[in-house]
Amino acid sequence: MAVIKVQKLTKNFKDLVAVDRVSLEIEEGECFGLLGPNGAGKTTLVHMITAVSLPTDGDIWVLGKDLRKYPRRIKAMFGVVPQIDNLDAELTVLQNLTTFARYFDIAKDEARRRSMAALNLFRLEGKSGSRIKELSGGMKRRLLLARGLINNPRVLILDEPTIGLDPQSKYLVWQKLRELKGQGVTQLLCTQNMDEAAVLCDRVAIMHRGRVLALDSPKGLVERYVGPKLLEIEVGADQRDSINQELQSRGLDFEDAAGTIQVFHCDADRLAQELEGLSWNLWPRLATLEDVFFRLTGRALVE
Amino acid sequence: MRLPSWRFIRMWQRNRDVFLRLWRSIAPGFIFEPIILLLALGLGFGHFMGVIDGQDYIYFIVPGVIASYVMTSATFECTYGAFFRMEYRRTYDSILATPLNIEDVVAGEIFWGATRSLVTATIILVVAALFQLLPSPWVLLVPVVAVLEGVMFASIGMVFVSLAPSIYSFNYYFTLFIAPITFFSGAFFPLDSFPEAVQVVSSIVPLTPAVELIRALVQGEFHPGLLLSLAYIVLLAGLFFFISMVAMRRRVID
Repeated sequence: MAVIKVQKLTKNFKDLVAVDRVSLEIEEGECFGLLGPNGAGKTTLVHMITAVSLPTDGDIWVLGKDLRKYPRRIKAMFGVVPQIDNLDAELTVLQNLTTFARYFDIAKDEARRRSMAALNLFRLEGKSGSRIKELSGGMKRRLLLARGLINNPRVLILDEPTIGLDPQSKYLVWQKLRELKGQGVTQLLCTQNMDEAAVLCDRVAIMHRGRVLALDSPKGLVERYVGPKLLEIEVGADQRDSINQELQSRGLDFEDAAGTIQVFHCDADRLAQELEGLSWNLWPRLATLEDVFFRLTGRALVE
Repeated sequence: MRLPSWRFIRMWQRNRDVFLRLWRSIAPGFIFEPIILLLALGLGFGHFMGVIDGQDYIYFIVPGVIASYVMTSATFECTYGAFFRMEYRRTYDSILATPLNIEDVVAGEIFWGATRSLVTATIILVVAALFQLLPSPWVLLVPVVAVLEGVMFASIGMVFVSLAPSIYSFNYYFTLFIAPITFFSGAFFPLDSFPEAVQVVSSIVPLTPAVELIRALVQGEFHPGLLLSLAYIVLLAGLFFFISMVAMRRRVID
């Protein structure tokens, strides 16, 4: 059974359709990624799934239960790590965790034990008595993650968990998320970080303007939309037409983007050899999720 | 309409824990200010006021000071405090992702506001007792009225929070609502000094029944009209409590 099942979910804010008839199923134990530019509707979708925001239309089922009918029981199974820092600035680091544990009716001693364990897990054990304003940005993020684990959640919902983190902290977080997946914790991960999605997620949905444009494993998405390897050709001003003509005559799938032409779904190495005589500056490279992302959502700014 | 559950106590506990960490920095507002006002008005101003309703002015204003600071304690907590938690700290968002629903959060805010009222009333009573300004043993029931009054003003405040476009909106609330009703309530001077039309306004502002009840308990003098005052407070408290549940759900969740 799907852990989270979303059916034709829609959210309107006045004139704006933030989420537009999205249907998704997230399976037990998987890490499911939501990838999309700003304003794609990822956060709104997550807010609806966590009952912080009410859908305009559509249904959300968690382990077969209707979220509208059993919000408390369902929320008790969730661990939520928000995009923005909403820690209790007036409380200490430890109090932030024990206070949160109390919302889940975790008894005092147990709450303290779990809080210390969560602080250890994210290397914050030396900060338990500190005030929130004494923490660095990275420490706050880690504390938000620790807080999200306080109820031993069955489903972890993460909205940009590594935004603004230095590479070391990011690596630590990825490592912990992998460990949690190993323990069977289902994860829903919103991110703009392509590496993060590629490294952590079993399946990724690419969202744009409130809709899901594509849904597959990261590898599957790359193969389907750009091919495993692509060829990039640097375009000089006077070369554009001739390159376009040549590629067209070969019937290739290519895109002209900001001074570089990318050729998709091709045997990039062989094509590079064949084109060698034309004295173009070109190079084959492995395709990434980012290429898929740009193909599907475009290169223009979305706001 | 959805009702709060017992889980509101979790929000109350959260606010209590924050208060226990911060109380030293907010003490001037709820400890020293009412005491200074009581002594300054009572002894200084009272010297020129002479006798009101058969008693020295300072005896007259003890209930007024209690009722008005009970009001402001709950009001501050459930206007600026609640709005700050909701919009700036995003505390509500973090709590709503736990088994608490918005109704629990709002009820927790309101009962915490009423608790602040109770604390304020108790402090003023202790000071008044030290100065031997409390002639009647009935004064022991004042905390009960303080809690009711606190729930009423906390609930009215939360309804305003649900409507407020920004934190500056509360300037209007305090200037156009809280300040006038303080003067029209009979807290600091008797209502019969007003023209009749103003007396009608006075009789419906929500602070008036609280002042009357607390004054009766402090002085130990009762009349049947007090039951009406009590009923009025309970009615307004209940009404605004439920309106705040619906209005805050609309504001936060929709």
